[in-house]
Amino acid sequence: MKKSLNNGLKRSIKESTVYYLIMAPFMVLFFTFGILPILASMVLSFFDYDMVSSPIFIGFDNYIRMFTRDQAFFGVVGTTLKFAVLVGPGGYILAFILAWMINEFPRPVRVFLTFIFYVPSLVGNALYIWQIMFSGDSYAYINNLLISFGFITEPIQWFQNTQYNFILIVIIQLWMSMGMSFLANIAGLQNVNTELYEAGAIDGIKTRWHELWYITMPSMKTILLFSAVMQIQTAFSMGTLQQTLVGYPSVNNSVDTLVLLISDVGTARYEMGYAAALSVFLFVIIIIFRYAIGALLNLVGKSDR
Amino acid sequence: MAKNSQYRRYTRSTAGNIGYFTILILASIVMVFPLFYCIITSFKPLDELLIFPPKFIVRRPTLSNYRALPALLSNLNIPISRYLFNTVFITVVTTFGSIIIGSLAAFSFSKSKLKGAKVCFGIIQTMMLYNAATLGVPQYLIFSKLGLIDTYWVYILPSLASTVHCFLMKQFMDASVNQSLLEAARIDGAGVLSTYWKIVMPIMRPAVMTVLLFSFQAMWATVPGGTIFSEQYKTLPYVMSSVAAGGIARTGSSMAITVILMIPPIAVFLFTQSNVLETMSNSGIKE
Repeated sequence: MKKSLNNGLKRSIKESTVYYLIMAPFMVLFFTFGILPILASMVLSFFDYDMVSSPIFIGFDNYIRMFTRDQAFFGVVGTTLKFAVLVGPGGYILAFILAWMINEFPRPVRVFLTFIFYVPSLVGNALYIWQIMFSGDSYAYINNLLISFGFITEPIQWFQNTQYNFILIVIIQLWMSMGMSFLANIAGLQNVNTELYEAGAIDGIKTRWHELWYITMPSMKTILLFSAVMQIQTAFSMGTLQQTLVGYPSVNNSVDTLVLLISDVGTARYEMGYAAALSVFLFVIIIIFRYAIGALLNLVGKSDR
Repeated sequence: MAKNSQYRRYTRSTAGNIGYFTILILASIVMVFPLFYCIITSFKPLDELLIFPPKFIVRRPTLSNYRALPALLSNLNIPISRYLFNTVFITVVTTFGSIIIGSLAAFSFSKSKLKGAKVCFGIIQTMMLYNAATLGVPQYLIFSKLGLIDTYWVYILPSLASTVHCFLMKQFMDASVNQSLLEAARIDGAGVLSTYWKIVMPIMRPAVMTVLLFSFQAMWATVPGGTIFSEQYKTLPYVMSSVAAGGIARTGSSMAITVILMIPPIAVFLFTQSNVLETMSNSGIKE
């Protein structure tokens, strides 16, 4: 009896060890490339560091510089937030509404429409199509079309013109943003228990909108939170699109985001301490948005009457 | 998945129906038009690209834009096959690596009851907010300290530990792998690893297919950032952007290479799509 207890104990210890070991590769990589960058930024943000000489402690100077001496900072933060507010909630609502609209179709139609909406984000490099469609010369598709219909006489430099470039980037980003959150929404909608709808109908739910607000959305709250997280991640990591289509820096920082500013300060000017402080600022904004949206989602299904 | 009932819960007014289908059709056109335009353009001969005003259709379709590609790219020092190899290599290694590494960790998080596992998973869940772009500069610093700058590792290592992929597999495991099944295997004397391989992984097929899709699509589109300097480590999408920058005469060819690059992710999607929704239905974040 004692021996078998001993064996049982040995076995669980052995199993725990194996469990720790199989977790280890992921955790080591995750720590090195996920957690460590954040910890390193927090520490480095108090230093002046150019990657050659050793870091010099300067206290809060990087943060003071950010808020008082950096000419570009407020413009870039403004642009980042403007993008985030349009692309984040915009993409989020679009991903939900489109998923909701195709939810009732029979399976083959639904799969086809899912494919149609998902394909722009699936083919990640398709943004070059927009570069060619909206190219600045008069042969480019959009300019050509507008000229031949007489709307404009001169070709427009779409991506350099501060009147158009911001909204164009927003449109292209929204075009590409029916991604993981869109798929999650479709799956979530499919899994809402239909008995709830029947019960709701008995309880006096009269319209589609009430059904959406009181039954559908509350039953998929966890999925709504997942897709919010995905959209926040996308909205604040925007940069490649701007860099490819407009270039950095843009006129009046019209489309420059924090991600681009950080990469310029860090990897082009090697002001790692300052780049770290800017990164910490970005991490904090993202966390704030995450919990603000979490709080908003708690209102889902609550009565306004 | 089969819970979706076919009955119409509320009938819409005629106006409502018209509005509903108009929005759906318009949205579909907006989503597909740029891709359609891209495919059409890739088959247009040069003179048709310059027709004024531009046409939606191709009068004399040609493959010349496709044939021109190897020559267009050969004035660089590196043959196109090297860029292709780089993209395929990092895509395959990372996709299979992240499925194995991620699912092993997910198994441990989901079923082990280890001390600290819950806390670790909570951190992973929070870290889904950040991706390679937002972590960019501090990650660059770590690459440089580890001597990884200008190697394949900068593409592969961070993506191997993808928080979202591990999260999706763990959530799927919570929902689909029955604890009593694992207990039965344990009583039969199966070890942790053989349980993982023989019992858990077959059930995990939909989640694995989903991670395969997401990883493939992300890695296939990878463009080198500030961590790659040597031409020999650059990827196919990077060359595509250099063709696209060549102006009106290169339009046809840059669309041709875009079309070629579109095919593999679409194929992977068609191959995996039936599994994706099943997995995503478990993707909720509980607070």
